[in-house]
Amino acid sequence: MKMPEPDRNVLARRARIVAALSAIVPGEGVIAGEREMRPYESDGLTAYRQLPMVVVLPETTQQVSQVLKYCYDEGIKVVPRGAGTSLSGGALPLEDGVLLGMAKFNRVREVDFDNRVAVVEPGVTNLAVSAAVAHEGFYYAPDPSSQIACTIGGNIAENSGGVHCLKYGMTTNNVLGCEMVLMNGEIIRLGGKHLDAPGYDLLGVVTGSEGLLGIVTEVTVRILRKPETVRALMVGFPRSEDAGACVGAIIGAGIIPGGMEMMDRPAIRAAEDFVHAGYPLDVEALLIVELDGPGPEVDHLCGRVEAIAKACGAVSCQVSQSEEQRLLFWAGRKAAFPAVGRISPDYYCMDGTIPRGKLPLVLEKMKEMSRRYGLRVANVFHAGDGNLHPLILYDANVPGEIEKAEAFGAEILTLCVEVGGVLTGEHGVGVEKRDLMPAMFSETDLDQQQRVKCAFDEKGLLNPGKVFPTLHRCAELGRMHVSGGRLPFPDIPRF
Amino acid sequence: MADTLKPRDARDVEEAVRFALGNGTPLEVVGRGSKRAIGRPGQTDLTLDLSDLSGVTLYEPDELILSAKAGTPIAEIEALLASRHQELAFEPADYGPLLGGAAGEGTIGGVIATNLSGPRRIKAGAARDHFLGVHGVTGRGDSIKSGGRVVKNVTGYDLCKVLAGSWGTLAAMTEVTVKVLPKAETEASIVVHGLDDAQAARAMAAALGSPFDVSGAAHLPDHVTSHFGVLPDARAATVLRLEGFAPSVAHRSEALSTLMKPYGERAVLTQAQSQALWRDIRDVRPFAAGDNAARPLWRVSVTPGEAHKVAAAITPAAQMVYDWGGGLIWSAMPFADEPDSAAIRGAVAAAGGHATLIRAAAAVRASAEVFEPQAPGLAALGKRIKDSFDPKGVLNPGRMYAGV
Repeated sequence: MKMPEPDRNVLARRARIVAALSAIVPGEGVIAGEREMRPYESDGLTAYRQLPMVVVLPETTQQVSQVLKYCYDEGIKVVPRGAGTSLSGGALPLEDGVLLGMAKFNRVREVDFDNRVAVVEPGVTNLAVSAAVAHEGFYYAPDPSSQIACTIGGNIAENSGGVHCLKYGMTTNNVLGCEMVLMNGEIIRLGGKHLDAPGYDLLGVVTGSEGLLGIVTEVTVRILRKPETVRALMVGFPRSEDAGACVGAIIGAGIIPGGMEMMDRPAIRAAEDFVHAGYPLDVEALLIVELDGPGPEVDHLCGRVEAIAKACGAVSCQVSQSEEQRLLFWAGRKAAFPAVGRISPDYYCMDGTIPRGKLPLVLEKMKEMSRRYGLRVANVFHAGDGNLHPLILYDANVPGEIEKAEAFGAEILTLCVEVGGVLTGEHGVGVEKRDLMPAMFSETDLDQQQRVKCAFDEKGLLNPGKVFPTLHRCAELGRMHVSGGRLPFPDIPRF
Repeated sequence: MADTLKPRDARDVEEAVRFALGNGTPLEVVGRGSKRAIGRPGQTDLTLDLSDLSGVTLYEPDELILSAKAGTPIAEIEALLASRHQELAFEPADYGPLLGGAAGEGTIGGVIATNLSGPRRIKAGAARDHFLGVHGVTGRGDSIKSGGRVVKNVTGYDLCKVLAGSWGTLAAMTEVTVKVLPKAETEASIVVHGLDDAQAARAMAAALGSPFDVSGAAHLPDHVTSHFGVLPDARAATVLRLEGFAPSVAHRSEALSTLMKPYGERAVLTQAQSQALWRDIRDVRPFAAGDNAARPLWRVSVTPGEAHKVAAAITPAAQMVYDWGGGLIWSAMPFADEPDSAAIRGAVAAAGGHATLIRAAAAVRASAEVFEPQAPGLAALGKRIKDSFDPKGVLNPGRMYAGV
């Protein structure tokens, strides 16, 4: 993976830079020793590692502002980091860059039940937001599987989803406002406790911008009242086509489940061997459908989903009769990644989204690729919204297998785009999928995205080397299409 | 009278923008023009009329998505969705009558470009939350796309968000993809009678904080209730909507009615009554006809619990409708040429939020700020975003803010 060329002039000034940053963030807020910086050398995408030039852990918005202003003036690159759980290398450090860790921003500032919002610092974990409002029966809806560790700031950077986003939306649909610092040190506020914002929807573009536009220092999120009842169905199908058709039929019947997850045979087997959830082992696809809401509604819908599943050819169907049983249904799905980890020395988790109707085709082609690459693949799938997580099994100790797994993964993602889907549904582009971006976007599309980046960070100092396969200086992006003086398409009537 | 360009396809749109760039001729970008009277009055000599870019290009009910050319009438899309028991869950309002025009005239592109959302905004999100993909031509004459045709997508910056609510100032959209959702099987509404604005705020907060999945929460003060045909009397009405499957709506109606008991006398509206009432609330019917149609009209978004305080700071001669649990205040001002901006802006600034002068005479809109003025840093960033898409200012220049 080619990263931006380190700036020798910056590296030569390292001692002075560390001293200047220590003056802004005193005490233990600046980490410059190699051993102490080691934990920051990678994020959840551990195949890539790089020690940063220095780690800074600010505690206040003012400090963030001063650090960025200093780096802006001095031309120093900055890589932001939350909990470092990114699966796409979004927080991969740069050799000549400051690694700006936001972990010390860990307070819940305000909970406002009357207006159904919480104001939190970006280093608060996703689960801690729900925990802070649970005593009044509320929760924060987006639930990425890393929710114990991942932070709200990181969720904004990645526009994180989770198993419930079919019904409750992703991060972008659950954030109302933020305070953020631009690369030049300027502090701005977007949105608030009210809905929508005047001017352009900048919060919408900041969410999912992978740390390239600014450093979020405070977040206002929408909180929801917990549903009264939650039940799940576990349904087995002899063919993945049947499971896919069942998902379509449930939605076609006007039912939007809280969650709808599918696993293929290898994933079912691995999960069952690991947690003994009672998954049927003689099926090609297993569907978990979770329904939430008032008791009478959930009971009514469980009956309807059961009937639909049977009509779609389900060979097994269980409806949870207790909270314990519901959690057991989920246990295998939630443990799918570590379960696969038990049957293979290493695995590589992909994250494409496809139009759901293309699932049988994509699974079939993936089997063919699996044979061709000589690597096994297990699939877990957010079936309701078409978000596919193929897990490619490999052994990093076998020379050449990492490269094979990466090539296999790239081929899967290219296939996702070919069938009308996208490269990433929730893990982000980062460094991992950066060079695949041209499979989805033209140069013109990417140039416009980079111009938006320039509006926030005209020197290109914030998290460079992520998302965009080719870096342009902002001045290079100025060209325009101009045509001559003739009125266009004169053959059609004008009024 | 300004000249009009009526492109037949996306290619023509690109050519039109390039022409505008070459000649320094700014364009007024319109669909069917139903919301043309909103915003700062334009100074353009050439209109880019996108209404011929019309037609649904993809509709997959099972995948919950629909793509349409930007000029497709919203009425056509809603009828198609209804035929499969689906809808645009953000419940786009019809501002036609409010602005002195006909009903049912808007386009999907116009709905997205104005981020137009109705009462269900509080539960289902705004237009922008349902906007998945776009093709369009920027003010640089570049044809670009963003997003896609799947709901879950984080590939690249979400430019859809910045285009939603940009009032045509960044790009002329040519085709959009939106998320669609099943229409509720049935609905009912609980009406609580006779509450003042502050009591209503507390009642709505309790309802929205309940597990009963309220999909609309409005307060109609006694001076506007006569405009709503289905309300039984002239007392103030606080209305709470429940939608979903029949057994669920029945259960929740009872539970919510019990929860509302301490607040006042209650009544239940049946499905047909509830539908009629919420359509009128969505389209702000009290201010669309008669003497009220001449009143300057503000659309104010604030923290819901602060709404009655904001309202108290505005002249008592103003008439109001509260939607979004109080977070959306429609305020119709008493005098035709006096929007009373200072009072509105002051009250909103104190509470946190923003106000848009949705309706006023062109001369008023030319002199008063129509959209909420922004803090200098934010305004400068907005201007840089504008410049990134449209550096020469050829697309709806000045529609939102002078120089943007």
